[in-house]
Amino acid sequence: MSTIRGRRRTLAVSAAAAGLALLASGCSGSGAGDSTASAASSAPAKLTGTVTFWHFFTDREAASIQKAVDTFVAANPGVKVDVKSGQDDDKTIQAIAAGQPIDVVLSYSTDQIGKFCSTGAWQDLSSYIKRDGVDINQIPTVVRDYTQFDGKRCSMPMLSDTYGLYYNKKLLADAGYSAPPKTMSELSAMAEKLTKLDGKGAIQVAGFVPTFGFYENAPAHFAPSFGATWFKADGTSNIGSDPGWASMMTWQKKLVDFYGYDKLTRFTAGLGQEFSADNAFEKGKVAMIIDGEYRNAFIKAEAPTLEYGTAPFPTDDSKANLYGAGYVTGNVIGIGRGAQNPEAAWALIKFLSTDTDSVVAVANGIKNVPTTIPALQSPALEKDANYQTFLDVFANANSTTTPTTASGKAYQDTLGTFAEKWQSGKIPDLAAGLTTVDQQINDQLALGSAP
Amino acid sequence: MTVAVETRSVGRPRPALRSKRRRQRLTVLAFLTPWLLGVAIFFVYPLIDTIYLSFTRYDLLSAPKWIGLTNYQFMLTKDPQVVQAAYNTLWLVVILVPARMLFGLAVATLVTRLKSGLGVFRTVFYLPALVPPVAGVLAFVFLFNPATGPVNQILGALGLPEPLWFNDPSWSKPSLVLLGLWGIGDLMIIFLASLLDVPKEQYEAAALDGVNPWQRFRFVTLPNISPVLMFAAITGVIAALQYFTEAVVAASVASGQATTGGGNSALLGYPEGSTLTYAQWLYVMGFKNYYLGYASALAVVMFVVSLGVTLILLRRARSLVYGAEGTR
Repeated sequence: MSTIRGRRRTLAVSAAAAGLALLASGCSGSGAGDSTASAASSAPAKLTGTVTFWHFFTDREAASIQKAVDTFVAANPGVKVDVKSGQDDDKTIQAIAAGQPIDVVLSYSTDQIGKFCSTGAWQDLSSYIKRDGVDINQIPTVVRDYTQFDGKRCSMPMLSDTYGLYYNKKLLADAGYSAPPKTMSELSAMAEKLTKLDGKGAIQVAGFVPTFGFYENAPAHFAPSFGATWFKADGTSNIGSDPGWASMMTWQKKLVDFYGYDKLTRFTAGLGQEFSADNAFEKGKVAMIIDGEYRNAFIKAEAPTLEYGTAPFPTDDSKANLYGAGYVTGNVIGIGRGAQNPEAAWALIKFLSTDTDSVVAVANGIKNVPTTIPALQSPALEKDANYQTFLDVFANANSTTTPTTASGKAYQDTLGTFAEKWQSGKIPDLAAGLTTVDQQINDQLALGSAP
Repeated sequence: MTVAVETRSVGRPRPALRSKRRRQRLTVLAFLTPWLLGVAIFFVYPLIDTIYLSFTRYDLLSAPKWIGLTNYQFMLTKDPQVVQAAYNTLWLVVILVPARMLFGLAVATLVTRLKSGLGVFRTVFYLPALVPPVAGVLAFVFLFNPATGPVNQILGALGLPEPLWFNDPSWSKPSLVLLGLWGIGDLMIIFLASLLDVPKEQYEAAALDGVNPWQRFRFVTLPNISPVLMFAAITGVIAALQYFTEAVVAASVASGQATTGGGNSALLGYPEGSTLTYAQWLYVMGFKNYYLGYASALAVVMFVVSLGVTLILLRRARSLVYGAEGTR
């Protein structure tokens, strides 16, 4: 009997341990220590060997990247570039952690730069930049900020995404508007007037959907319009102290309440997915949205007859001086830990991130914003009025990005979780709620840097 | 004492026999080696490593650093998400598992009563279990879309309330339960087999005793199928503790973020964290935020809870399962 009971206990242990083992088998990477390579005293006269290049682009966009690589190879016939497309951050991080040497890594997430730099997963590029005399000032300040961490430059920028307002010209004209809003109160007033309800009171067309989580509606994307900052000088959360966040939440909730949260939820549930031909703005179901410059390319491909315009996103009524600024983020490229051919890797990175012709060609191909000033000013850069808006936002001195931390974007998720409850009316005291968010973020950052 | 010594002396095998037994043991060991290696490499080592990592700060990219009980302290005192995730998971264990068992048993009982078309109905009820989980959830969320889904259109036509289903924190978990009931085929089929296996003579004897339907179920059917019910309960609880795919897909589709590639983890557990499960939070902390040490601590707690629940259920089985050791 005791044997049977023992077997049952063994069975229970085995069943329960299976889940535990699954986690561990997925995270038993080597976790090697920092390995920072330095550049040779002079650049090699001739580059040779194979460079492995992992990037996340696929299909049409991957073809643009391949063209740029082919140009590099044509100029450096001794180099072979082994391109692996469709490799997202999760894959590259796990590959590097497992000790797989990747010479060149292209990431879409500036949020992970803190981790890449601080752990040495991406190598410090300073010695290469200094040796080759690369002018880092050709990169706009906001981009310089998100490509380094704590004074360590482990990446270079390779195109960026910039956010602004898209508006449906026909719907605005029908409502008597000839220009987009410039302040949040104007945006709210226009949104209310542009909204159309059916006989039962259900929303048919929304002027502007304010719900956090809808398409590109994220606190991070609205923050530059309110001058809201994430961290204090000492590195602790500033969300509870910076009045910009409270202003943003108050404006947003007021507009949510105009529609009614449930009514708005029912409306957005029936809209098409963001990255599909059923996108609500492209279908004329939403008159104004916040989105990145890439939406121009989607509209051209999916709704070429749509009459639309673009403008900087409106600002808080008390922050009119910020008009013209917006949220900026982008792609980052660096040398992976354990790279087998770092000199050729650096040459490829330098070419892709600073060669004006290459940057412009890729920008034209995938309709992102170039990340060097010469490329922005290049006559070869294809631009119309709608695209020009984003170039201007990008160049605006007040445009900002999300800060890099050694803990990635967890702090943004924490605020996002709060914002979702706030908009549904579950947070009775905004100030106290934002202070709690501060505490949660600080605790999380402390866990990520526990001594 | 003397006898014992004599016994050992008498029982000691001759050298040739000992050699034969040693060869036999080596043969057995040789056959067991692949399994032992598999267990050691893919089970024991990860298990020990996870326990070790739970006491470290580890981000996958740099070496683990020992931080003692900090991860556990954070979990118990500073992580509101884990409280929400644990609550949601417990809710699913308490509601989803019994609901699936009851519904599965009801369907299986119904099918056994059919005079004709048994095969057709058995197939119809089992088919959803063959649908890949992601595809099933996608279809289900679209069916229950509060604006365009046919379910609400029917409810509206009948003048009934039209819930927001997966978009409402009050309805999201019940919606997942409905999803679980829709895919009841796996349970239904084992319950059906078990019901059909109940000896007919026991029903005949009960009929002669003049039992009513409830007594017939309580004193004949239930004791016979109790081992299967216990199996369903244990595997159901363990599955609910690890509930992941359905919740993630339902949340991402309902939130409209299904096509953003990496996903918007700010909306994890949409709406308002109501579908955030413990396993999801473990995954997010480990493989999105790269707090691998903390995720390991979460996994260790999940291990302990799973172990505890399974042991309790197995212990209860002694009194609940007909024919188990020490009963009846």
